[in-house]
Amino acid sequence: MIERTIYLDNAAATRMDERVLEAMTPYFFETYPVATSEFGYSLGIEAREALEGAREEIAHHMGANGGEIIFTSGSTESSNLAVKGVALALGEKKGRHIIISAIEDFPILHSARAFEKQGFSVTYLGVDSEGRIDPDRLREAITDKTILVSIQHANQEIGTVQDIETIGRICRDRGVLFHTDATHTFARMPLDSQKVKVDLITVSPHTIHGPKGIGGLYIRKDTPIAKWMDGGFQEFNLRAGLENIPGAIGFAKAVELVTPEENEQITMMRDHLIDRVLAEVPNTTLNGHRSKRTPQNANITFHFVEGESITLHLDMRGFAVSTGSACFSRSLEASHVILGIGGDHERAHGSIRFSFGRYNTMEDVDEVVDTITEVVVELRKISPLADNKEVQK
Amino acid sequence: MTFPYTEKVLEHFRHPRNVGKIENPDGNAMEGSPACGDMVGVHIKVDPETKRITDIKFESYGCASNIATGSIITELAKGKTLEEAKKIDWKEASEALGGLPAIKAHCSVLAVEGLRSAIQNYEERHGLVKDQKPTTVEIVRRRLKKVMNPLSGLDLVRTELVKDIKVNKGTVHVMVDIPADHQFASNIRDEIMEKIGPLWDVKTVEVRFSE
Repeated sequence: MIERTIYLDNAAATRMDERVLEAMTPYFFETYPVATSEFGYSLGIEAREALEGAREEIAHHMGANGGEIIFTSGSTESSNLAVKGVALALGEKKGRHIIISAIEDFPILHSARAFEKQGFSVTYLGVDSEGRIDPDRLREAITDKTILVSIQHANQEIGTVQDIETIGRICRDRGVLFHTDATHTFARMPLDSQKVKVDLITVSPHTIHGPKGIGGLYIRKDTPIAKWMDGGFQEFNLRAGLENIPGAIGFAKAVELVTPEENEQITMMRDHLIDRVLAEVPNTTLNGHRSKRTPQNANITFHFVEGESITLHLDMRGFAVSTGSACFSRSLEASHVILGIGGDHERAHGSIRFSFGRYNTMEDVDEVVDTITEVVVELRKISPLADNKEVQK
Repeated sequence: MTFPYTEKVLEHFRHPRNVGKIENPDGNAMEGSPACGDMVGVHIKVDPETKRITDIKFESYGCASNIATGSIITELAKGKTLEEAKKIDWKEASEALGGLPAIKAHCSVLAVEGLRSAIQNYEERHGLVKDQKPTTVEIVRRRLKKVMNPLSGLDLVRTELVKDIKVNKGTVHVMVDIPADHQFASNIRDEIMEKIGPLWDVKTVEVRFSE
């Protein structure tokens, strides 16, 4: 029996911090009512004040005002609201063209596709071999019908960080709204809504040891956006439904708990893993940019072997990682991100994502590198790709 | 711990039997491609008198079910006559492993196809193909269904990349609808030659690409 799991899939979800739970607990058992207006009863007013406090805390972290953040059920909903809300608000008035990058995460990719089916045109901007979009190609893609550009701050699989300052400037100059999905960077990397000319930002605490089921969307003041889920008047009448107050409190606490020292520590783990694997395991390729990547992400292709075999071997030895292989995914499709950076299917099938968090140590990094090195050697022994295949006539 | 596989599958995955190549095999075959994420190679030694499989080895690039099925078919086939080994099907392999997830059927069926193709390869090489039918366009097309289009991970026929097939006095012409300088052109050419070349009455295979 394996005694513990070394969890290296923090880009997917993180272990929640006890201090986050502690902060949330009173809002389940004591201050549990809905947030009432200031004319409600005391406990409801208290709940509302707590909610607004959490909103301020999160807004403060990105140089925004509390009134510019709304809470949602997670980054999927936030990104849906950003794309669909803008499309509904401006589709008739201004135009029906949206620009996204080809390697966006599914909420953006599939929201754009949904509107494409309804007659919108969508430009899927390609990326270079390290996953970066070319600002000149963005400039060329913008037309007078373009209503929204949605380019992620950093990629979910390969961690590549986009130059959102430049992208924001281009969009602002052309009078086009700019949304960025910051799910994988918020609190881990600087993001200032004053400095970056961005109109909408998707954020979530599930990647920073906060709770699942809560997310946020920054909406710059006066941004045209339509409500698309009907119900009550919550969240400045943009997102109907009971507020998840414990979730919002947990979100704010999670943001507060991330320190620059921790981010540095995680970056060191990432670099140590990349350096060791590339130096010690032959036939490996780093996916994404070497330095312009999120602190927590290392993504490496182990050529000639298939990702699900690696993850299963690692799982049996107590390590949790993920892969871009088709066999691992629910859709049985190879990663669109690895294919998007010009990789072939073999590169996607053999890609492993390691993502670090608060509860990892340098020893974890060494252990996983030692173990994966052994596993890959074993799997390559049986792989026909590891040397040239020849079928004799 | 919870795994989606039976103990037997995991056991074969952890310790695959009869792994590797055989020096001068009597028959061999490679099924699948890197593009679809699964490949199995099967190599056999056959006793020319008894027509029994005296040695068998496999190679695998693929997921756990692919590796485990490759391993189990070598155990099932070893010592059997070619006629007996031909009858081994996916169901028998799956049962011997205590069952395989349905969603992984396509990864595991490759090993079974690999065994059959290796036997076929042996028979073609040794002039044992009974009632040898002349190669037709249809036979070529069927074989091309085993060549993958790396762009989609699906086969050439299904993705409509095969524009034309001609069979003429031992020469097979295949026209593929991608440019000759395409990054996968030479891979696809090699794979087509590999699949069509061993047919008993085929002397040359010519692969052409579109402009």
